Amino acid sequence: MFNRESSLAGALKSSWLLAALLGAAIFPAQAQNASTIKLGIVSFLTGPAAAPFGIPGRNGAEVLIDAMNAGKVPAPFNKIGFGGTTVEAKYIDETGSAANVVTEFRNLVQRDQVEAVVGYISSGNCLAVTPVAEELKAITVFYDCGTPRIFEEKPRAYVFRVSPLSTIDNVGAARYLLAKKPDVTSYSGINQNYAWGQDSWRDFTGAMQVLAPKVTIDKSLFPKLFAGEYGAEISTLLTSSSPVLHTSFYDGDLEAFLYQEQARALDKRMTIIATTGEAAIWRLRDKMPDGTIIGARGPFGPLAPDSEFNRWFQKIYTDRYGTPPTYPAYQMVMSLLGLKLAYEKARKGDTKPTSDEIAASFKGIEFEGPAGVVKLAIGDGHQGIMGTAYGIYRFNKAKNEPEIVDIMRFPAECVNPPAGVTADDWIKDGMKGAKC
Amino acid sequence: MARHGRIAAGAALLLAAAAAFVLPDWIISLATIAFANGLVVLGLIVLWRAGLVSFGQALYYCIGAYAVALVGRATGVTDAFLLMLIGGAAAGLVAFVVGFLLARYREIFFAMLSLALSMILYGVLVKAESLGSTDGFSVASPTFFGYAPHQEKLLMALYWLVLAVCAIAAFLIDAYFRSVSGALAMPVRDNEIRVEFLGMSVSRLIHTKLVISGLLAGMGGALAAFAIGHVDPNMSYWTTSGEFVFITILSGAGSVVSAFVGSLAFESLRSFAFAMLPQLWQMLLGSVLLLTILFLPQGLGSLVTRLRWRRKAAAP
Repeated sequence: MFNRESSLAGALKSSWLLAALLGAAIFPAQAQNASTIKLGIVSFLTGPAAAPFGIPGRNGAEVLIDAMNAGKVPAPFNKIGFGGTTVEAKYIDETGSAANVVTEFRNLVQRDQVEAVVGYISSGNCLAVTPVAEELKAITVFYDCGTPRIFEEKPRAYVFRVSPLSTIDNVGAARYLLAKKPDVTSYSGINQNYAWGQDSWRDFTGAMQVLAPKVTIDKSLFPKLFAGEYGAEISTLLTSSSPVLHTSFYDGDLEAFLYQEQARALDKRMTIIATTGEAAIWRLRDKMPDGTIIGARGPFGPLAPDSEFNRWFQKIYTDRYGTPPTYPAYQMVMSLLGLKLAYEKARKGDTKPTSDEIAASFKGIEFEGPAGVVKLAIGDGHQGIMGTAYGIYRFNKAKNEPEIVDIMRFPAECVNPPAGVTADDWIKDGMKGAKC
Repeated sequence: MARHGRIAAGAALLLAAAAAFVLPDWIISLATIAFANGLVVLGLIVLWRAGLVSFGQALYYCIGAYAVALVGRATGVTDAFLLMLIGGAAAGLVAFVVGFLLARYREIFFAMLSLALSMILYGVLVKAESLGSTDGFSVASPTFFGYAPHQEKLLMALYWLVLAVCAIAAFLIDAYFRSVSGALAMPVRDNEIRVEFLGMSVSRLIHTKLVISGLLAGMGGALAAFAIGHVDPNMSYWTTSGEFVFITILSGAGSVVSAFVGSLAFESLRSFAFAMLPQLWQMLLGSVLLLTILFLPQGLGSLVTRLRWRRKAAAP
């Protein structure tokens, strides 16, 4: 088969197969319905980030869109779908290289002609999608990624993020720690060695430096992502005298670490601050050590303020999926509600609003959802700010369910940088202008 | 037949170039990335003909992409041709250096060593906080000899650039396959000692192939960086290398064109699977690979050979 004859002519003639495949790829685009509003929902549906984040996010979208289409969402969101037109969601997996993610984004916008895309968990994917969204003038709402770089690198016109920055996670954690344990003298950290872990640790140490300059860092550990085995790290931490351990671990790494450290009673020596711990409580239950300081990347899940809206959302979600909603579900719901409001504000009569009209009405929007009030106050009106909350984990044996007690709330202006200041600079310069 | 082949390839190229005026943007964008990846696959075919499978081709792909992004960021150069050549040269240079080591290994040892080298780069990039770690960073829009297109025009300009590079690469690699050095690939695979007795240095032959494949992968990475507009360390991760090997198996090593046909088929198939089975798309891809191995062990490229053989057999 390596003879000269087939060398170039070779596969050329088999392009019929290719044409068939391309045809098949185009075909789903034809099935369009003009009487609905199409949304692209992108989330991890496979891979390690699916179970803790991707699937709760998708479920949040599914349950809310069904409720919207039935007109059952509490006022002022009680119009059917988006402004009376039902919404049809197309779910796409976020797994794959940046090239795949960007290609699939283009496919949603140009092939499937969606009105807006809501999604993305990985900060790298958000950064890769942003310039394409701007180029295609496609309304895009990021729901879970937290990197401040999106709106700090350049002003954006069509990209929005209702969910707060990851900055609030660690500034909030530092404030909670110092409020509850003012006599702390040193702390340690274990974070995954990739952008998320590095950024989390930098924000936390930066905030601690500002709020309590005398407190020292003892051990700063960076095992590799998805290492799964932490024997050496736990040994190192057992030799540390610091009473507190900061971690931004999630899912498999968090579970593996907690199982392994409990066998060696590390949590009896130091209090663990798990900034994303809330996403794991319903699965870990009594395997999560009592006394762990838990965050939910904002006022989400059990840390969400009690309101009728919140109870309604918890009920419809729990009824459908058998487990209460965790923070990715809240982030998705808040993002969709923001988009719905902006869309309805931009809509005049029966014509569909353009991207520019939606963007104009989305900018600086403020509303109250199941997670409380959010305001798109920074990033030139494209980035939401919310307060955050931290609390202490207890497994309630009598009720046989997890609970978070001793909850402390921090207002939005207390944990977010003001408009026009980058998150890094704000922390470095002493968090000026914070109103707590 | 070789001339027929070239005419057919030229016609296909013109057709593909003209398609940019007709097809929607998302297909052009998909094809741009597919053809850029096709260059990497072409490099793998060069190695495969000598019996070598590299599970670390992402190393050169990533170096090409990062070279473009870093040079662009540091110097402000945006010229696509210059940056692409820098990307290819950087990857080729690395391939030349590591080639001294890699050319001494065969089979699984070669595959694993190449994999290890690409994972070293991945590890370094992930630890580099100033380069955005796993988040990566963006690549500025390219210009073409001072011409700075935007949106649809940029998409088309890039597509044609990728097509032109692929055509030149296909032509040169085809010529290489016909040269003595290229034609010795199969003898090397079958019996190295015999090749040595013919007076040829096998390690030098393989070293050459490594540099060629590195160069191609670097160019592919550079073009992909333009097309995506973003680089991240995942470009060097082993799953990226695995995907290239996957496409190579799908394409078959029969011809240079099969690399591009296979790559385009793969991208279209994946896009189709994403749309049809959001949670089970891997199963569809896996089944296609399995069926290809079972029924088309020589890849998509062998379809033609089979057809021709059958026609000959049927003739009176």
